[in-house]
Amino acid sequence: MRLRHIQIGLWIMAGLAALAYGALILRPQMNAQTQETTFQPAFSLADSAGQLRTTDEFAGKFQLVFFGFTNCPDVCPATLSEMAQVMDDLGDAAAKVQPIFISIDPERDRRLGIDSFTQAFHPEILGLAGDIEATQAAAESFRIFFAREDAPNAAGGYTMSHSSALYLIGPKGDWLRQYDYGTPATEILFDLNTRL
Amino acid sequence: MKNTVLALSLLFAAPMAQACETFTIGDISVEHAWSRASIGTDRPGVLYLEITNNGTTDDALTGLTTPAASMPMLHETVVTDGIASMPHAASVPVPAGQTVVLSPGGFHGMLMGLTNVLKEGETFPITLTFEQAGSLDVSVDVLSMRVEAAACDDAK
Repeated sequence: MRLRHIQIGLWIMAGLAALAYGALILRPQMNAQTQETTFQPAFSLADSAGQLRTTDEFAGKFQLVFFGFTNCPDVCPATLSEMAQVMDDLGDAAAKVQPIFISIDPERDRRLGIDSFTQAFHPEILGLAGDIEATQAAAESFRIFFAREDAPNAAGGYTMSHSSALYLIGPKGDWLRQYDYGTPATEILFDLNTRL
Repeated sequence: MKNTVLALSLLFAAPMAQACETFTIGDISVEHAWSRASIGTDRPGVLYLEITNNGTTDDALTGLTTPAASMPMLHETVVTDGIASMPHAASVPVPAGQTVVLSPGGFHGMLMGLTNVLKEGETFPITLTFEQAGSLDVSVDVLSMRVEAAACDDAK
């Protein structure tokens, strides 16, 4: 009889321990999730005409955003090609999506021309190249990284490293998800179509 | 749908003939050499191709020269933790019996100092230098800005 009481006691303790452990591992995840769903990236950057463009302007639309630079021969053309393909394949639903290219090398890109670059891929892609501070602020609000790297072998003596994903912002300005570099246009299209 | 397929096949019909040409020296053969149309000459162009080493000795692509650019170089795009950087590559290893692909998001030739605008539908010559096999002249097809791979029947 005494043994049985001890047994029950042990089971209760084991149960409590399991609950406590569960709470411990679930809690940080729940926090992370609420943080992610509430974060709203923002930018205020000049377009090729020098006009300031802000996130608010696109309220009601999905925004598909890529950070890059026009002197980039590989990753940026590949990603803008995908962006363009997605826009073409969306058909009428394309009106609900604003594709945006934000330069992380804005001074050089303003000189080279940001529109000539984006227009070569798709007429709907909005190219933005603000000043350095505004660009840094936009990057921070999207929680992305970019850096200038000295490279004697590169054009102008430097190149840029940067977060290479595409970011999806919802109609209410919420960050929804990212599509990692190399995600096929068909997969992006499929995901977008479930949301539109 | 049918029209789209037709339009696409017409679009790719012209470049298809050449990007699929194979160039060979010794044990090394190169095919699917292509580049993207450029916007002016201020931004670097790109070079993608496939190298197959049919021999039993390891080789490596060590250099590029072309009349199309004053400073052609080998680079490799590296994506680490979602951040893309593009270090200079001294050479691209081509191990015995293997095929190495220079493609978007990996090894590529960066053509700095373009001498002319690269126009879709045109070709330009490039000389590839291999450690073992020596020099090989290859013709590169300039495809649309929007293309993501050489359009060959046998391409994956």
